[in-house]
Amino acid sequence: MPRGFYGHGLPGIDPATFQGTLIVVEGADGSGRSTQIMMLRDALEREGHATVDVGLKRSRLVGRELDEAMRGNILSPRTLALFYATDFADQLENRIVPALKAGFTVIADRYIYTLMARALVRGAEREWVRQVYGIALVPDAVFYLGVNPRLLAERNFRKSLVLDYWEAGMDIRRTGDMYENFVHYQREIQKQFRAMESLYEFETINGNRTPRTIFRDLLAKVEELLEPRAG
Amino acid sequence: MSDSKVSGKLIAVEGLDGSGKSTQVYLLKRWLELRGYKVFFTEWNSSTIVRQATRRGKRRQLLTPTTFSLIHCTDFADRYDRTILPLLHSGAIVLADRYIYTAFARDAVRGCDRDWLRALYSYARPPDITFYFNVSLDVALNRILEGRPRLKYHEAGMDMAFSPDPYESFRVFQGKIQEEYDRLTREFGFTVIDANDTPERQQTSVRAIVEDQIDLGRYRWRVPAPYAAALHSDAWEGPPAEEAVAEPAETADEQDDRYA
Repeated sequence: MPRGFYGHGLPGIDPATFQGTLIVVEGADGSGRSTQIMMLRDALEREGHATVDVGLKRSRLVGRELDEAMRGNILSPRTLALFYATDFADQLENRIVPALKAGFTVIADRYIYTLMARALVRGAEREWVRQVYGIALVPDAVFYLGVNPRLLAERNFRKSLVLDYWEAGMDIRRTGDMYENFVHYQREIQKQFRAMESLYEFETINGNRTPRTIFRDLLAKVEELLEPRAG
Repeated sequence: MSDSKVSGKLIAVEGLDGSGKSTQVYLLKRWLELRGYKVFFTEWNSSTIVRQATRRGKRRQLLTPTTFSLIHCTDFADRYDRTILPLLHSGAIVLADRYIYTAFARDAVRGCDRDWLRALYSYARPPDITFYFNVSLDVALNRILEGRPRLKYHEAGMDMAFSPDPYESFRVFQGKIQEEYDRLTREFGFTVIDANDTPERQQTSVRAIVEDQIDLGRYRWRVPAPYAAALHSDAWEGPPAEEAVAEPAETADEQDDRYA
């Protein structure tokens, strides 16, 4: 059961009435996030937990505009941050909250921390970002897959032969070289995650290892969390 | 992302639907542009990128108070970062038909936290002048409802379930918005204009206040707009005579001009 909101929360919503569990998996593209989520979902459903997946940029409200605007890259960092926040709020209210009320285990493929880190490396004020996301529920657990940026690049090349424009931070590029830019940008993002770690109580998981090893860690922690409910 | 000093001036107008504020800001704009000042106009909820999403959200009634608020803030941020702020930095007068206070009033009525709303819009600089067109609720309602128009769902506050009748819902909603505006007037010290008065008298007050509070001479076009100058040669006093203008020290901007 989520422990309330980070800030002012959502009007008319009382998290004390929620039955479900909110689990967040954070990490860059290529951190193994999706693989871990897939395995986690299998494991939970095997045990009889009802699960729901949520992720970024999937809202019915602004998902399409967000994609379009990002292709054109014409939004200011602030507008982009607010667009993301709208998308997040839409999913929070229309998917996450109803699922938690109904007792589901919600697995979030990224949450506000990625959004906050992205805004911060683009110069947003920390306090503003914190306030904007004061609407977010405090998850039951947040797992952050930390991966060496050069290894991340390698995995991305393997997967699709190209580095993603945004994951390489090309909108705030320092050099013309995409690879160097990717590594630098990912380091900056990781710095932001480290800065948030204790405040938002992440469990940082060493994502440089094999998927099976990582999953053993992850599952042990999740089972600990869900145990009281199953018993 | 904060911005401290700008050379331009920002004038906002706020008020209920039917307060006549849009007419007044239009007349203010005409007055300023016909006198040859750099004046630009921007209105609430008009950024092109965001408009589509806002419309779809409203049409399908997908919006909650929080997403309603965030999507308007996104729209505003887009206009603020790409239009309002650059214009203010360039030394123009910007007229805004509705500003952040519209969000403060409407979204608070919808139940959003007032402190959260202020934090959300904390990046937006306060206007140099905010005119609040204070109209009696009956007058505003009559102006809007006279023709029995089709009220839009959110405009009538139907999402708040005040009443199943759109007209009754609109009345209740507008009344609550007015209460919020009263609170905001105290909090932010708006310049209040009596919007029950005639349009002419209101405009006379508005112009007098603008002239008094803003050193308009600083906002002339450096190059006159040819069309406006030819058409209104009596109103356009021509570029200021060389000696009449107190030249400030050369700015970086002017240095750019020299080496252009």
